[in-house]
Amino acid sequence: MDLVSCDVLVVGGGGAGLRAAIAAAESQPSLRVGVVSKVYPMRSHTVSAEGGAAAVIKPGDTLDAHAYDTISGGDWLSDQDAVEAFVREAPAEMLRLEHWGCPWSREPDGSVAVRPFGGMKAERTWFAADKTGFHLLHTLFQTSLKYECIQRFDEWFVTTLLVDEGRCQGVVAIEIATGRLLTITARAVILCTGGCGRVFPFTTNANIKNGDGMALAYRAGAPLKDMEFVQYHPTGLPFTGILITEAARAEGGWMLNKDGYRYLQDYDLGTPQAKPVLRSMELGPRDRLSQAFVKEQEKGRTLKGPYGDYVHLDVRHLGEALIDRKLPFVRELCRKYAHLDPVREMIPVRPVVHYMMGGVHTDLAGATGLDGLYAAGEVACVSINGANRLGSNSLTECLVFGARAGVAAASFAVEAPPANGTASAQAHDEQRRLESALGARREGEERIVDVRTEMQTIMEESAGIYRVGGVLQDAAARLRGLQERARRLALDDHSLTFNTELTSVLELSFMLDVAETIVHSALRRCESRGSHQRSDFPQRDDERYLAHSLAYRAEAGPPAIQYLPVTVTRWPPGQRVYGR
Amino acid sequence: MSATITLEVARYRPEEEAEPSVQAYEVPYREDWVVLDALNHIKDTQDGSLSYRWSCRMGVCGSCGLTVNGSPKLTCATYLSDYAPKAIRVEPLEHFPVIRDLVVDIGDFLVKLKKVRPWIIREDERPLERGEYRQTPAELEAYRSFSQCINCLLCYSACPIAGLDPNFIGPAAIALAQRYNQDSRDEGAGARMEILSQPDGLWGCTFVGECTKVCPKHVDPAGAIQQYKVAAAVDAIKALLLPWGSK
Repeated sequence: MDLVSCDVLVVGGGGAGLRAAIAAAESQPSLRVGVVSKVYPMRSHTVSAEGGAAAVIKPGDTLDAHAYDTISGGDWLSDQDAVEAFVREAPAEMLRLEHWGCPWSREPDGSVAVRPFGGMKAERTWFAADKTGFHLLHTLFQTSLKYECIQRFDEWFVTTLLVDEGRCQGVVAIEIATGRLLTITARAVILCTGGCGRVFPFTTNANIKNGDGMALAYRAGAPLKDMEFVQYHPTGLPFTGILITEAARAEGGWMLNKDGYRYLQDYDLGTPQAKPVLRSMELGPRDRLSQAFVKEQEKGRTLKGPYGDYVHLDVRHLGEALIDRKLPFVRELCRKYAHLDPVREMIPVRPVVHYMMGGVHTDLAGATGLDGLYAAGEVACVSINGANRLGSNSLTECLVFGARAGVAAASFAVEAPPANGTASAQAHDEQRRLESALGARREGEERIVDVRTEMQTIMEESAGIYRVGGVLQDAAARLRGLQERARRLALDDHSLTFNTELTSVLELSFMLDVAETIVHSALRRCESRGSHQRSDFPQRDDERYLAHSLAYRAEAGPPAIQYLPVTVTRWPPGQRVYGR
Repeated sequence: MSATITLEVARYRPEEEAEPSVQAYEVPYREDWVVLDALNHIKDTQDGSLSYRWSCRMGVCGSCGLTVNGSPKLTCATYLSDYAPKAIRVEPLEHFPVIRDLVVDIGDFLVKLKKVRPWIIREDERPLERGEYRQTPAELEAYRSFSQCINCLLCYSACPIAGLDPNFIGPAAIALAQRYNQDSRDEGAGARMEILSQPDGLWGCTFVGECTKVCPKHVDPAGAIQQYKVAAAVDAIKALLLPWGSK
C-alpha cells in the first residue's frame, strides 16, 4: 500500500478544517500540513450556512453579554471557560476573515454591519447577505491556496484512524477516483468533518454529513460528548428540508399558525411587537421555537401539507427592497425550491434537524483524550453550545476552535516522534477488513436504502423534539438489529473507479454508530434540558445532570455512558428567560 | 398506475468499456422532483452502480452540474417538469475528462484557479488591532457579483473556447481574478494581469457569452473578461506611450 507522510493532517476541508490548516501552517511554517476531504473543499457543508457569525464588535455590546447569551441559550450545559475563550477570540477571528477578503455586508460608513439573531441580547451577528457560510468557506479556501506547505488530498475518503501506543499516527484513506488505498501518517491529526444530520430523515444537512469524524474517533476509543442534544431549526422548507435562515426572523419575519396568529406569544416568549425585539418572540432560541411548533401541532393549529404539518413564516411586510438586499438567498431558495415569492407569499416551514451540539469530546485546545488527535467545529464538543446552540455561533466556533486546534496540533507535531512502524501493519489490517467486507457484499441481501431509511425513521420517532424512555429503549434495540443487517448489505457496484456505493456503505456504518450514541445518551439523561426534552422527565435536574454525557465504545454491545461535570466560572445555573 | 418518465443516462465504466454508452431508466414522475432526485431514485432502488456527485441539494455547493438535454445545469435546481413527458438525456459536463459515468475530472480547474491568485494581495497587512478595512456598500457592490461563483463549472462546459483550447484559463477563474481586482482591499491586479495577459489568459476568449447565459448565480464571467480586456489594453497602450514604466 502506498504511504505518504505529513506532520499535521486535517480531515475535512470546511470552515474548521481550512482554518485549522492555515493556523498550523502559520504557527509552524516548517511543517507539512495535509488536508484530506471526501469532497473538494469548496463543496463542504459550511457552504450552506446562511445567516451569519457572531462576534462582539459594536459599542455597547460586551464579551460578557455574548457569554451570557450563549450559556443561557445552552441551558447551562456549556463549559463556561470554553465560552469565555470563545467570545474573547471571536472578534479577532472575524476581523482576520475580513482581512482575507470575506465580503461582509457593510454600514454606509464602510464599517462591518451586524444584525440581530435568535437568543442574542445585542446585535452582534456579522453577515455576508444571507450567504455567510458560502463566502466564509470560499474566502478560506482561496486564501489557503497561497500556503505552499498545505497539501490537499481532494476526494479521499478516510476509513480509519491509525492508533498505536496510545497515540493517533495517521489515517487510511481511499482515493475515490481510483479506489486506491493510501496510508497517510501524521504526527497529529485534526478531525474537522462536521455533523451527522443525515442520521435523520428530514434535515438541512448535505448528503455528505454522515458523522464520519465522530465515528472515526469513537472507534479509536475517544468518547463522544452530549450526543443526545440534536438541534431542530424551526424553519425548514417541507419536502427538501432546505433551511430558511433565522435572519429572516431577525430582519422582522413573523411565525404564524393556521389562523395567522403569532403563536409564539403563547409559549412564554414575550408579546408580539411590530418591530423585532431581541431575545423575544421570533428571536427566541431555536429549541424553544421548535418545541412551540409541536405544541401548536397538538392543538391542531398548524396547517396540513403533503410533506407533513407546517406553519407560516411571513416576511412580506419587510418589502422587496430589504428582502433583496439582506435576504436574497431566501428569495432565491423559495422561488427555486418552493415555487413561491416571499415578497408576495408566506413561506411554509416546519422544524428540521440542523445541528449536533454534541461531538468528539475535546478540551479548549481541541485535544481529545487520545494523544495526537484533535477535533474542531461541529464534529467536536468543547462545549460552548451546551444543550442548545444559538444561531450564528457555529461559524464563529469553526474559526476560533479551528485556529486553536491548528496551533495546538502543530506544536504537538513539532515535539512528537514520527509515526512508528506499526502504522503500516495496521494499514494492512484495514485493507484486509475493507476487502473482506467488500467481497462478502457479493452475496449481500439488504439494500443500502432500506437500512438507511429504517435508521432514519427510528431516529425521528425516538430522538426527535420530544422523547420518552420506552421509545428510546425500543430504538436502542432496533438499532442493534440494524447493525447486524448492515453487515449483509448488497453492492451493485464492484468497480474501483469512483465507487460511490462503496462510500455510501462506509457512511452508513458511521451513521449507525453515531445513531446508537445519540439514542443511548438520550435514554440515560432523565431530565429535560435545552433541545433534549423528555416527556417522562419534564424538568431540568441540575442535581443529577449538570454534567456532560460521554459515550464510549464498548467491546461488544451498546455504548457505555459516563458523566463529566460542567465547568461553571461566573454564571451559576439560572432560569432561561425570554421575552420579559 | 402513477406516471413515469425516462432518463437516458450516459454511462462510462473504464474497467469494462472503451466508449461511453447510454442506459435508460424509468423513474416515477413527480412534480416536485428535480433531475437529481430522479438520479438518487435510480441509485437507491434500481442500479447502485450509477456514479455522480452531489451534496447540498440547494444550489450552493456546486457539485451536481451535468449536461441535461444538451445544456449545462445544476441538477438539484432542474425540474423533471421542465422536460416531461419526453425522455430526459443526462450526460457529464462537456470539456472535462470523464472519470466514470457522470463524474468528470475537475483537477485542471483547481490548478487554473490557483494560478490567478484568488486571495487578497497587499504591500502592507493592516494589523488586526486596527480593525477592519473600511469598504462602503458601493465598493462592495463593485465586486459582489463576481464573488458569487460556486465553482460549478457550468461555464467551462458551455464555453466553446474551453472546448478547443484546454489551456484557456476559462470563465470562472477569470471572474474570480476580477473579484479580487475589484475589491477595494486588494492591490494584486498587476500581479494577476501578468498571468491573464498571457496567450492562454483572457485573450483566448472570443466573447461568445455562453458562460454568462448558463451561470446559475448571475456571476457574468463574460462581463469580467470584457472589463479585464479593457484594463489590459489600457496597460498595453500605457506601456507603449510611457516606456519608462508607470504602474
